[in-house]
Amino acid sequence: MTMHVDLLLLSIATPLAVALAIFAGLPKRYSVFLSYFGFGVPAVIAVWLWTQFPSAPGDTYVFMSSYNLGLGLLGINLKLGLNGISMPLFGMAGLVGFAAGLYAIQSGAERLKIYLALLLVMQAGLMGVFASVDVFFFYFFHELALIPTFIMVGIWGGRDRSYAAMKLTIYLTVGAMLSLVGLIVIYYQSGVESFDLITLRQEMAIRPLSDAVQTYGFGFLLFGFGILVSLWPFHTWAPLGYGAAPSSTAMLHAGVLKKFGLYGLVQVGLPLLPAGAAHWAPLLAWLALGNIVIIGLVTLAQRDLKQMIGYASVMHIGYGFLGVACVSILGVGGVVLFMVAHGFTVALLFLLATSIHHRTGTFDLDEMGGLVKKAPVMAAFFLTAILASIGLPGPGLLNFWGELTIFMAIYAHSEWMVVPAVLGVVISAIYGLRAVARVFYGPPSEVFARYQEGREVTDLRWSERLPAIVLLVSLIALGVWPRVITTPLNSALAAIYPETPALSSGVATK
Amino acid sequence: MNLELLQTAAANNRWGALFPELLLGCLALLLLVLEIVLPKKHHGTIPAVAIVGQLALLVALLLNLRGGFLDQVTFNGLLRHTLSGQFMRVFFLLTSILVCVLGVVSLSRQRMPRIEFFHIVIVVSAAMMLLVQSHHFVMFFVALETVTIGFYILVSYYRTNPLSLEAGLKYLIMGALSSSILLFGIVLLYGVVGNPAYATVGGPGAMDFASVRQFLALNPDNFLAKVGIVLVLSGVAFKIGTVPFQIWVPDVYQGAPTPVTAFLAVGSKAAGFAVLVVLAGVFSPYQSLVVPVLSAMAVATILFGNLAALTQFNVKRLIALSGVSHAGYLLIGVIAAYSDPVALSAVYFYLLVYLLASFAVFGVMTHVSGTNDAEQELEHYADLAKTQPFLAFVLAVGLGSLAGIPPLAGFIGKVMIFLAAFHAGLYLLLGVAIVGVVISIYYYFGWIKAAFFSSWRLPAPAGETQAALPRIPVGWPAKVMLSSLAVASILLGFYQGPLVEWLILR
Repeated sequence: MTMHVDLLLLSIATPLAVALAIFAGLPKRYSVFLSYFGFGVPAVIAVWLWTQFPSAPGDTYVFMSSYNLGLGLLGINLKLGLNGISMPLFGMAGLVGFAAGLYAIQSGAERLKIYLALLLVMQAGLMGVFASVDVFFFYFFHELALIPTFIMVGIWGGRDRSYAAMKLTIYLTVGAMLSLVGLIVIYYQSGVESFDLITLRQEMAIRPLSDAVQTYGFGFLLFGFGILVSLWPFHTWAPLGYGAAPSSTAMLHAGVLKKFGLYGLVQVGLPLLPAGAAHWAPLLAWLALGNIVIIGLVTLAQRDLKQMIGYASVMHIGYGFLGVACVSILGVGGVVLFMVAHGFTVALLFLLATSIHHRTGTFDLDEMGGLVKKAPVMAAFFLTAILASIGLPGPGLLNFWGELTIFMAIYAHSEWMVVPAVLGVVISAIYGLRAVARVFYGPPSEVFARYQEGREVTDLRWSERLPAIVLLVSLIALGVWPRVITTPLNSALAAIYPETPALSSGVATK
Repeated sequence: MNLELLQTAAANNRWGALFPELLLGCLALLLLVLEIVLPKKHHGTIPAVAIVGQLALLVALLLNLRGGFLDQVTFNGLLRHTLSGQFMRVFFLLTSILVCVLGVVSLSRQRMPRIEFFHIVIVVSAAMMLLVQSHHFVMFFVALETVTIGFYILVSYYRTNPLSLEAGLKYLIMGALSSSILLFGIVLLYGVVGNPAYATVGGPGAMDFASVRQFLALNPDNFLAKVGIVLVLSGVAFKIGTVPFQIWVPDVYQGAPTPVTAFLAVGSKAAGFAVLVVLAGVFSPYQSLVVPVLSAMAVATILFGNLAALTQFNVKRLIALSGVSHAGYLLIGVIAAYSDPVALSAVYFYLLVYLLASFAVFGVMTHVSGTNDAEQELEHYADLAKTQPFLAFVLAVGLGSLAGIPPLAGFIGKVMIFLAAFHAGLYLLLGVAIVGVVISIYYYFGWIKAAFFSSWRLPAPAGETQAALPRIPVGWPAKVMLSSLAVASILLGFYQGPLVEWLILR
C-alpha cells in the first residue's frame, strides 16, 4: 500500500508544480507540453486508484497519509485518503479535469500560458478537496480551486465579465465564510479540537453534540455550502458566472467544484450532525423544490445557450439537495451517484456549447439552426449530452440511476414531493430537446445563414472530440457498470450512517 | 542618593542585553559620519551600508534568539526580556530593512536629503525594540515618545509636497494629544499606586509593570485606577489607529511618503499591539473593564475601517482604512488571549503575515507612484498586468493575503484569530469580523480588478495623448525584496513549518 500513499499527494502536487513552473516563466512550448502531464497525471492516478479500491471499505479510509505542515498543534494536519464516498468523486474530478485541460490546450486562448497555469491550480485544488480527510484542508483546497475561477472569469470571460467576477467573488466569499464558521463550530464543540474527520466521527459516535448545537452548526454548513452550490434563492451568481466564464473554467467549476458543497453535506454535515440535519430537512426540501421548479421554469425562458446550460445545472443541483433533505442512506447514495453523473454531463454540455459558439458566432438560440448538416458528429454528441442531462436511461444511464434512487428516497420520505420532482424531468426535457432542435435542426436562421457566407463551418475537430469522448465514455461506462461506485459506496454509507434515531426519524417525519 | 545605591543600580545594567539596540544606534551614527567623510559621488553607497548592516544584525539576532537574558528584568526593572520581545525585535528589524529598501526606491524620485531618512528610520526601529521590552511606565513613555518624534520628522519628510506637510502637522497635533492623554493616564496610575492609603506592594512610586499589576490585583475596584487604565488604553489606541482614535489615519497615510506610510502601517501598528499585549497582562485584574472597552473598539474598528475603505479611490487612503480594520481583527486576538493564551500566538502570526503582505503592496505602490507621492489613484493601476506583470503578480499576492484568501498566509492568520475568538466565546466579535472580511473582499478585489482586468476608458480627445504615468523599472534589490515577500506569503499559507509551533510553545 505504501505506493498508493504518495500517489494522492502526487495527484495534487503535479498540477501545482507545473503551474508554478509556468508562473516562473517557462517558455510557451514547454508549458503546453508540461500541461499535458499536469492534467494527465491526476487523471491516471484517479483511475488507477479506482481500480485498486476495495469493494467493501466500510467506514475506513484507504490510501491514507498524513503530513504535519506546521499547524499540528492546532489539530490541523494534511491528511489524505479516500473512502467509499470520496472515491467516485475523486475519480470524476481527475477525468473531468483532464478533459477540461485538453479542451483548454486546444482553445488557443489569449495568454494561454497563464490560462493553463490557473486551470492547473484549480485542478490541484479539486483533487485535494476530495482526497482530504482533514476538514480544514477540505475547505482550504476548495478555496485554492475557487480563486483561479474569479481571475479567469475576469480576464478571459465573455459578456459582463467584470460584473460577473465581482458578484461571484462576493457571493462565494459569503458562502465560504459561513461554512468556515460551521466547521469551527464542529471543531470546538466536539471537544477534541481537531479537524480530522476520522477523529471527529469517532468522537461524535460516542458523544453526539446537543441538539441545539447541531441545529445551528448544521445551519451554518447548510447555508454556507448552499450558497456555494447555488441553492435557491442564493443561486443568482451561478448562471451569470457560467455565462461569462471561459469554457474550461465553467466545465471545472460547474462540473466538479460545485460538488464541494453537496459532498461536504454528505461527508461531514449529515454524519456528524444528524439531528441538525433532521431539523433543517423540511426547509431544505422546499428550497430544493424551488431549485427544480422555479429555476426549471426560468431555464425554459432562456434564449442564450450558455445561460440555459448554466440555469439547467443550477436546476439539477436541486435533486442533489432533495436527496440530502431525505436524510436517509438511500437519498445520500443517490446524491453521490447523481453528483458523478452531473459532473460529467455538465462539463460535456459546456464544452459543446463553446464549440457551437465557435461555429455560429453566437450563443443566441434564435440565431442558429440547421447545424446538423455541417456538423453531424457534434449534433450526435450534443443530443446524447442533453438526453443524459434529462436523465433518460440510455446515454444518461448514470444520471438515471442517480435520479431514480433519489426519487425512491423522496417517495419514502414524503410521497407528494415526487410529483414536482418528476415535473422537473419534464421541464428539462422541454428545454433540452428544444435547444437541440433550435441549434441543429430546421432551416438556418437568417443571421446564421449570413454568418456562414464565406466561411467554412466544420465539424468537431479531433482536438475537441477527444475531451468530449473522455467525458462521454466515462459517463456511459459508469452507467452500464455502476457497481464500481455503488458497492463501495453502500458499504461506506452503511458504516458511516448509523441507524441513529435522528436518521430514522428523518425518514419517518412526513 | 548614596553611592551604594548607585552601585547596586549600575550592577543591574546588563548592556549585553541591549546589543541589537546599541548596534542599531551605532549604525545610525555611522551613516551620518559617512556622509561627512565620504566624497559626494560615493554617497550612493550609504543606504547600502544601512541595509547590509541591518541584515548582518538580523542574522546575529536570529542566531542569538535564545540569548542569555531571557525572562530577566534588567536596568533596575526598566526592561524585561522575553521570547515575545525577541520575536518583535526580529519583526522591527525586518520592518526597518524593508522600509530602507523602499526608501531607496522612493527617494530616487525626489530632490531631498537622503541619509537622514535612513538615520531616523533606524533610530525609530531601535526605539520600537526598547518599547516592546519596557517593563516600567517611565521607560514605556520615553521609548514611545522617541518613536513618535521620529515619525513627526518622517511623515513630513517630503517637505516640498504640501500634503506631506499637512500630514506632518496633523500627526504632530494628534500625536501630542494622544501622548498627553497617555501621560495623564500614567500619572493617575502613579498617583494611586503611590498613595499610602491603599494596599501597595512595591512602595510608593513603584511604576514597574509587575508592581502596578499587583497593586491592581490588591485593589480591584479603584475608580482613579479605572480612569487611568482607560486613558492609557486610549493613548495606545491612537498608535494602532482604532476607532474612535483613527481620525488621523487616512490623511496622514496619504500625505506621508509611501515608505513612511508602510513604516506607520506595519511598524508603528505592531509596536502598539506588542505594547497592548503587555499592558493587557498588566491590567488583567481589571478585565471586567478592559474587555468591554477593547471589544467595543474592535467592533467599531472593523466595521468603520471596512465600510470607509469601500468608497476610496486613492490607494493610500484605501490601504490606510483597510489597515484600520486589520487593527480590529488583531484586537479580537488580544481580547481572546484573556481566556486562551494560544490567541497570542495568533496575534504574533497575524502581525507577521500582515508585514509580509503590506510590504508587498507598499513595494508595488512605491513603484507605481509618480513624482507626486500623495496622489496614487486606483486608475493608475490600469493595465499594470500587461505593462509590468511582475508588479501585478506581487500586488495580487499581497492584496489576496491581506484579504485572507486561501492559500495565502493571511488566511491562516485569520483562521487562527477566528479559532481563538470562537474558543474564547467571542461570538459577536467573530460575527462582526466575518462581516468585515466579506466587505473587504469588495475593495481588495476591486484593486486587483483595476490592475488585471482591462476596462473601457474614455478615448483621449484628438491631439492629446493619454496621460499615463511613466512606469519605473524595478531594480534588483526591490525585485529580490518583492519576490521574497510574495513567495513567503504563499509559502506560509501552505507550510507554516515550526513557526506556529514555536509561537504557541513560546
